[in-house]
Amino acid sequence: MLRVDLEKRLCDFRLSLEFQSVESGITALFGPSGSGKTTVLNLIAGLVRPDRGRISVNGRVLFDAEKKIDLKPEERRIGYVFQEGRLFPHLSVKGNLLYGLRILPEGERRLRPREVIDLMGIGRLLDRRPYSLSGGEKQRVAIGRALLTSPRLLLMDEPLASLDPERKKEVLPFLAGLRSELHLPILYVSHAPDEVKRLADRVLFVAHGRLVKDVPAEEAFPSPNGAPC
Amino acid sequence: MLTPLEKEALELSIRVSALALAGILPPGILAAWVLGRYRFPGKTLLDGFVHLPLVLPPVVTGYLLLVFLGRRGVLGSFLYDTLGITLAFSWKGAAVASGVMAFPLLVRAVRLSVESLDAGLESAARTLGAGPVRVFFTITLPLISPGILTGALLAFARSLGEFGATITFASNIPGETRTLPIALYSLIQTPEGETAAARLCVISIVVSLAALAASDILSKKLTRRLRG
Repeated sequence: MLRVDLEKRLCDFRLSLEFQSVESGITALFGPSGSGKTTVLNLIAGLVRPDRGRISVNGRVLFDAEKKIDLKPEERRIGYVFQEGRLFPHLSVKGNLLYGLRILPEGERRLRPREVIDLMGIGRLLDRRPYSLSGGEKQRVAIGRALLTSPRLLLMDEPLASLDPERKKEVLPFLAGLRSELHLPILYVSHAPDEVKRLADRVLFVAHGRLVKDVPAEEAFPSPNGAPC
Repeated sequence: MLTPLEKEALELSIRVSALALAGILPPGILAAWVLGRYRFPGKTLLDGFVHLPLVLPPVVTGYLLLVFLGRRGVLGSFLYDTLGITLAFSWKGAAVASGVMAFPLLVRAVRLSVESLDAGLESAARTLGAGPVRVFFTITLPLISPGILTGALLAFARSLGEFGATITFASNIPGETRTLPIALYSLIQTPEGETAAARLCVISIVVSLAALAASDILSKKLTRRLRG
């Protein structure tokens, strides 16, 4: 489980958040663009340093301003799927997938390449280069690459935002599969209600760098007539 | 086809330029990376210092090298006393002079590709468990390699043509520091040297074109490997 209590000032924007994720499954961070969602992910991943606060995953402290604990991004064991995929253009799909796995000590590997490749349906793509992949394929490879580092927490920054509706439909089942197949907390940033409704177990509403509402998914977007959708 | 004198000058030029390039590649890539990636106090100063050989008259650069690296110079006397190395008036000195002159060109080319590199890829590698050193060698370096190649060619060509700093620091010694341009200069000073000078001129053009073609082929190969 992820526990976060953070403060960060960026120019005239002030972020101040306290929340915890669900034990296993998808916690959605939902809010308009510019509400600080991506910054939260970067703070958790260790790519941006908080001004104050504490971050822990399953009881392991990653950052604690008071105790001067600040683990480097490579020590945090957090998988991060970026909005634009960020596949390494000079490596094949296989090279991308194995990049993190090769660094991980043998004993720490909880997921085998075969399982992840099957889960993401990317078996046919292994020898291709990132430039030749469609947007949806890129995102599936990026998710696979992050999963293969056997993360304790998976961060996903609008993984569907750059995709057209057809591609979204293609990737959504794989995301739903993640939730049911892996025992892993996932923090999922989005500003699309339909995605959140479909995937999330819990929804955190964020606006202007603050937490506005924290509700179970079924209460997040009540349908106007009260009927189940 | 080539006279012994031409062969000597050509071989020396290539040897000098190759050593110069090998010497400036690591610090050049480092300087380009630091200048292209980070903001720090004194950055303008470092940038200016790197560009100095480009804007100074080459003779001034050669003279400064003589002052610092000559046998009685600050660094030169240290090198001579501890390692027994004399740079001034030797072919290694010629390599130092042409390396210094080529340095800014290398840094400029590499810096351009450092600046156009998406830092997000490096962050992504960090989140996958790679430390900064591994990220540099597995992500940064391969992705800026086209810039390194371009910079290396520019630097090599600049070294081949280096005249002012070389003749000031390393002088004009046949077989030791008389590189192609210096040999050409000597021939022009000699009565009846026109034909020989013209031949050297053609040799220079051929060597430069060959370097250009080689880099072009390599760069296409690299780009194919990077983009697929």
